[in-house]
Amino acid sequence: MRICIVGCGAVGSLFAANLAQLDDVEVWAYDAAEAHVDAINAHGLRLSGAGDVLGRPHATADPQELPACEFGIVATKAMHTEAAIRATAHAFADGCVATVQNGLGNEETLASYVARVIRGTTFPAGKIIAPGHVQWDVKGDTTFGPFEPQPAPMAEIERLADACTRAGMPAHAVADARGPQWRKVIFNASTNPVGALTGLTHGRVCERPDLRLFVSGLVDEGKAVAAAQGIELDADPEDLIDHAAKPEVAYDHKASMLQDVEAGRPTEVDYLNGGIVRFGREHGVPTPLNHAIWALVKGVEQSWQH
Amino acid sequence: MIRSVCVAGAGAIGSLFAGHLARVADVSVLTRREEHARALNAQGLRVSGRSDFTVRLTAATDPDDLPEPELVILACKATDLEPLTQRLSGHFAGATVMTVQNGLGAEEIAGARGDWPLLSAVTFMSGTRHADTHVEYVLDTATWVGPYRGTTVDDARAVAELISSSGLKAEAFDDLRPAQWSKLIFNATVNAVAALTGLPHDFHFAQTEEVSDLGHLVRDLVDEGKAVAVAAGVQLREDPWEMNVLATQRGHRHYPSMLEDVEAHRPTEVELITGALVREARAHAIPVPLHTALYRLVKAKEAGYS
Repeated sequence: MRICIVGCGAVGSLFAANLAQLDDVEVWAYDAAEAHVDAINAHGLRLSGAGDVLGRPHATADPQELPACEFGIVATKAMHTEAAIRATAHAFADGCVATVQNGLGNEETLASYVARVIRGTTFPAGKIIAPGHVQWDVKGDTTFGPFEPQPAPMAEIERLADACTRAGMPAHAVADARGPQWRKVIFNASTNPVGALTGLTHGRVCERPDLRLFVSGLVDEGKAVAAAQGIELDADPEDLIDHAAKPEVAYDHKASMLQDVEAGRPTEVDYLNGGIVRFGREHGVPTPLNHAIWALVKGVEQSWQH
Repeated sequence: MIRSVCVAGAGAIGSLFAGHLARVADVSVLTRREEHARALNAQGLRVSGRSDFTVRLTAATDPDDLPEPELVILACKATDLEPLTQRLSGHFAGATVMTVQNGLGAEEIAGARGDWPLLSAVTFMSGTRHADTHVEYVLDTATWVGPYRGTTVDDARAVAELISSSGLKAEAFDDLRPAQWSKLIFNATVNAVAALTGLPHDFHFAQTEEVSDLGHLVRDLVDEGKAVAVAAGVQLREDPWEMNVLATQRGHRHYPSMLEDVEAHRPTEVELITGALVREARAHAIPVPLHTALYRLVKAKEAGYS
């Protein structure tokens, strides 16, 4: 089986290095960062932290070098989905492409370039600490399911999930993967931008009772938009938020969006709060707080242009 | 005609008042820092920008060292009003005291510290303080004065005439609340959005082309404020949305003080501006979810300084 990881940042590298352990899987890693690609080809892709792994995927920054693949796993930041799949779609003419990205709307973008799309949500996390070397912070599950308008066959989804599981990245194939996806989107949309706007870590956001109430206001809007689509969340985002606030879990964690803002990088707010607002509009559900947060974070991004 | 004025607090606004009024009256300045008072006594105060002159005046950190004035202008930021009025307590029994702070509630704070007759004012002028002895006059917009406690519109008129004769703009009103509330809603909206986004008050605040554009949020915040004004029985003098649009068209990118405060990690005036609006809303049972959200976010941002 041949799998191409599209976007080999932290999360993409977790998939690439682990899948490369399997004898029956040939792994390709496409990424635009030449230094990372060169390091992987020269010394392999190293993971350390939650697991110590050295994988040897074929890495390239040139999409024309990609052979035909049975599976793609797209792991870019959401704002790069379109460019990444436009460049690599030819490799998946007969294959299926899964997203393990954050936010809403990635499947729709993939579906305009490839025929068979897999909706996915993943919880493992890490960060690149040097070219070819990724810190694996948290282990976690991945859920795959068909993207309803342009689905991959269920048997193929199961093959992909099985390969990931055997490689040490536990994955489930389910008929409706929207529940985990919306659970994660609501969690991220309700906490990340609050951290980004205030500069507070997750735990400090949650220990301010008035701010925690505001977070619940964002969660409630997200839940209402999910419910209007008939999506059943697989867990209550409120419980996950409180769990993450514990000192031993993620009290001191700076949300990725806060890290983006501190570094002056574009955020994924369009695909989180912006996604909730767009789906809310389509289904007639008002989302004023998510809309406000979306505009504020866009304002933060605009402030850097001065 | 009023012949003697004490300006208490010599930031940008206080310096603009002191500098201009010293051309038509005896002006003393109450400062917080000794070296500020010494510099003013030694070098006078220079005003540049729309005006260009240097005046002599008397300055001290202790009210006992200043002559008894007919009018006291409390020109400090809202956050400094409590300690400033504490220092004035027991002094200048014959003077009328005028507040010019943003938001609501400055008159009550001042009134609790002495039996002085009170005038209420809002100012739209702006300046940049370049040094202890140099202020630049930037926006030549007016100061509006009205009676508050133990004063009449004639008293307000006398002060407005004095200010006008000094080269600044001023107008007197029977009831200041329509103007004060217009500015309250404007400041609650613009200052909090600026503080959270890092944007100066520029064209983004009036932009409504894209769904995520900031103008939608600004307009929704103004609408919440208007509903509170209606419930409080205040007929606004100006539409805060139009004030916003006009200000963004002037081509001058104004940095609201709340933005400067968060950038310098200083306490902001959010309590007397947004906090005051939220409390008025609660008193009149008007829901203001967006102002409530901004209030919580700015308070949390202040908590994040440490």
